[in-house]
Amino acid sequence: MSDATANSTPATPSASSLFKQDDRVKRRNAAEKRFKAYGLTAIGVGVTMLIILVSSVLSQGLSSFRQTFVTLPITVTQAEFEAAEASMLKTGKYKKLIQRGLEQRLATAELGDVVSIKDAMGLLSGQAPADLRMAALANQTWPLRQEFRFLANGRVDGYFKGRVTMEIAERDSRISPEQLELSQQLADAGIMETRFNRGFLTRTDGSPTRPEAAGLGVAFLGSLYMMMVVLALALPIGVATSIYLEELAPKNRWTDLIEVNISNLAAVPSIVFGILGLAIFINFAGLPQSAPLVGGLVLTLMTLPTIIIATRASLKSVPPSIRDAALGLGASKMQTVFHHVLPLAAPGILTGTIIGLAQALGETAPLLLIGMVALVQNYPSAPPAGLEDPATALPVQVYIWTTRSDPAFVERASGAIIVLLAFLLIMNIAAILLRRRFERRW
Amino acid sequence: MPVIWILTLILVFSIIGFFLGRARAMTSAGGDMRSLHSLPSYYGYNSALFLAVPSLILLGLWLILQPIYIESRISSLLPETAISEDTTRSLVMSDVRRVAEGLDVAVDQGAMTADEARNIRTEFVDVRERLGSVGVALGSEVDAPILNAAQQYRELSSTMNIVMTVLVLALGAAGLTFSYVRTDKDFRARNVVESVIKGLLILASTIAILTTVGIVFSMLFETRNFFTQYNWVEFFFGTVWDPSFSGRGGLSEFGLIPLLWGTLYISFIALSVAVPIGLFAAIYMSEYASPRMRSFAKPVIEVLAGIPTIVYGLFALITVGPFLRDFIAEPMGLGSSSSSVMTAGLVMGIMLIPFVSSLSDDIINAVPQAMRDGSFGLGATHSETIRQVVIPAALPGIVGAILLATSRAIGETMIVVLGAGAAAKLDLNPFEAMTTVTVKIVSQLTGDTDFSSPETLVAFALGLTLFVMTLGLNVLALYIVRKYREQYE
Repeated sequence: MSDATANSTPATPSASSLFKQDDRVKRRNAAEKRFKAYGLTAIGVGVTMLIILVSSVLSQGLSSFRQTFVTLPITVTQAEFEAAEASMLKTGKYKKLIQRGLEQRLATAELGDVVSIKDAMGLLSGQAPADLRMAALANQTWPLRQEFRFLANGRVDGYFKGRVTMEIAERDSRISPEQLELSQQLADAGIMETRFNRGFLTRTDGSPTRPEAAGLGVAFLGSLYMMMVVLALALPIGVATSIYLEELAPKNRWTDLIEVNISNLAAVPSIVFGILGLAIFINFAGLPQSAPLVGGLVLTLMTLPTIIIATRASLKSVPPSIRDAALGLGASKMQTVFHHVLPLAAPGILTGTIIGLAQALGETAPLLLIGMVALVQNYPSAPPAGLEDPATALPVQVYIWTTRSDPAFVERASGAIIVLLAFLLIMNIAAILLRRRFERRW
Repeated sequence: MPVIWILTLILVFSIIGFFLGRARAMTSAGGDMRSLHSLPSYYGYNSALFLAVPSLILLGLWLILQPIYIESRISSLLPETAISEDTTRSLVMSDVRRVAEGLDVAVDQGAMTADEARNIRTEFVDVRERLGSVGVALGSEVDAPILNAAQQYRELSSTMNIVMTVLVLALGAAGLTFSYVRTDKDFRARNVVESVIKGLLILASTIAILTTVGIVFSMLFETRNFFTQYNWVEFFFGTVWDPSFSGRGGLSEFGLIPLLWGTLYISFIALSVAVPIGLFAAIYMSEYASPRMRSFAKPVIEVLAGIPTIVYGLFALITVGPFLRDFIAEPMGLGSSSSSVMTAGLVMGIMLIPFVSSLSDDIINAVPQAMRDGSFGLGATHSETIRQVVIPAALPGIVGAILLATSRAIGETMIVVLGAGAAAKLDLNPFEAMTTVTVKIVSQLTGDTDFSSPETLVAFALGLTLFVMTLGLNVLALYIVRKYREQYE
């Protein structure tokens, strides 16, 4: 064999040198470049999609934080108040009072007599009389004499935000082009203005025909109550489960079963938890529908796996030398865990809990099934009694608004999403900061 | 007594119990801590735990079982005549409950005295009007048997409440006495307290199991009810989905096939968006990207996973749907619906990118560097190494990641509710509105649900189908990923 190698013809010298690429190398290098470009494109697509998503929500929703108002001088005497409260159609009486203020304002604004008072009243929201009534009920000293800021009709508001145009108004039975012109005149005269809308964050949900009066107040409270329930239940149960599985449990079939269960629960579709809530909590245990308590219980079961997984990871990261030292000094197993391991793992547990809560805050599907889609126009009372009052939640409110036909609700829904995303952002930033501040590398 | 008061009482007594127990232990040791078996506070915890735990467990069980017991008692007391032909027993019972609650409200607001609420008769008083005046709106006239049952309902529940309060507090007292008598300087308080705590920890860890059992049983039970009313062969193999909305009268058809088709079609489109993008992003981040690029791109992509699905749903509804309709579907004559399989699939694909990318990223990173070095040493370019060495080595893990993403896609609800439409159709055109299993669960279970009609019960059969499908995919994915991990460890 060695002869063969010695006698074999020397390899034909390659035509190319290392400094000159032949076709094959060029092709391979081009393939390399293409491959790298695919990867970069993929990341680019992901980032672009995020930007489009966020900017679409922002561009649709930011306007919901501003609303068009009409400022009118209102005088209500005590006699008028009592007469209005005694009548059957209370808001009708208050509407008369508003009309008086509007006539007064129109007269001083000298818009001429082209304006019919009926058209001018149509510029106001249907919610205005009810708002005036609430103010009158809360009023102490008579007569009530005040500059009142009333909500303008949703269509008028849409006109100032560019959603409603003259052409649309032609075909709309609830607003006419003349009324839009009038509102433009009122805006020029400073009677009508678009300003920051606090009501969007505090009001209850309005009726489907009054998008201008719809707010997030009930949804805020509902979400807050649910998060309280989730925190009160999921944190202790999750931490207890993790401590048992990570520190105390023997390795046997039973604990194996629990572990498999937890990892499966983490991947069960959220709507299945809604079915569970409906069947067990509402149908079997007889808890009320639409209640934050039931929502909280369902979300607790959903959040548990997240919290357990995070807690176990942070218990695992506490080095065994800490446990050995405690045990060596005579501490019992329980004392070791509760006095030494748990405090050291606390930052990780807290971070995991916040992330779990953020997940629960954005969850919608299970809440639809337990009846939180109702139109709720009363604030739930303070906990604990309020936990059983009907309420909605932030993401569910978005869903409710998307199902309504008035296009003004699209703006509301996007606005609600901005609020929701702001909360999620705050929670996640808090989690990141906590991790940075307290994370310990062993 | 309201439950919150009982809870407060238990809490207060536990604190008192703590100090009592500790004081007794200290006295028995003659004030010398060193002759105690355990630290003094363990004797206190012992007393507090023996007071609180049994009474809280009793309270919890009682609160769960009491409504069921009352319901069955009152329901058996209702005469057959009270249930007319067009109602069911459960509907009458809900009337009874509403009247009872109305009476409670009336008494609370002082519109009625407690005596009056107990004794009013429909013959003398218009109950509906009286309750209406305190803001309790009743759907129909209250007739005598219902009012009677409601009064018995109130009476029974108030008696039960008193019995509960007494029993719970008595049990607490008994627990305290028991532990107090046992407390002595030689009593091994720490061991007892620790085993009670361990018991509580074990109890907490069984909740995960209970949840799964609850899910499976609640759905199995109602699904069985459904199949007694509807043939299972027609459910699994029927090709028409047409529930009648009136609930009664019209015949409903529940064929699973169109829903399953919509689900799978949308998932397929979602995966054909998410898998290439996610995979290439993962490859780039783990193989090419500089640490700076990685520390920027990875969190940004993962933000996509943290955005609630309702946001994606709204994005599909107001941005993607109209865009696809105006610029692709209508010019090509493929349809004029803004909610379509394509809309939901594309948006869901965006949502799934991080699921595919971060799992694949981890798995690609776990491929040993030696394999890459070997490939480079043989003269392969970087992309050849990735394609021919790294990806084949990571393939089982990547398949696992894709299976997990599929299970997400099948179970996803809000995007399809807002983006895919509600019409159950068997069609190939991706610009046509179709519907999925999850959409139909939502539409059958929102609003008023009547647990005796097949229109409601079918949702449980759908839910069970969904649960079995996703569970199967998850178990398979976890098995593959776990098996793969062992390979390189």
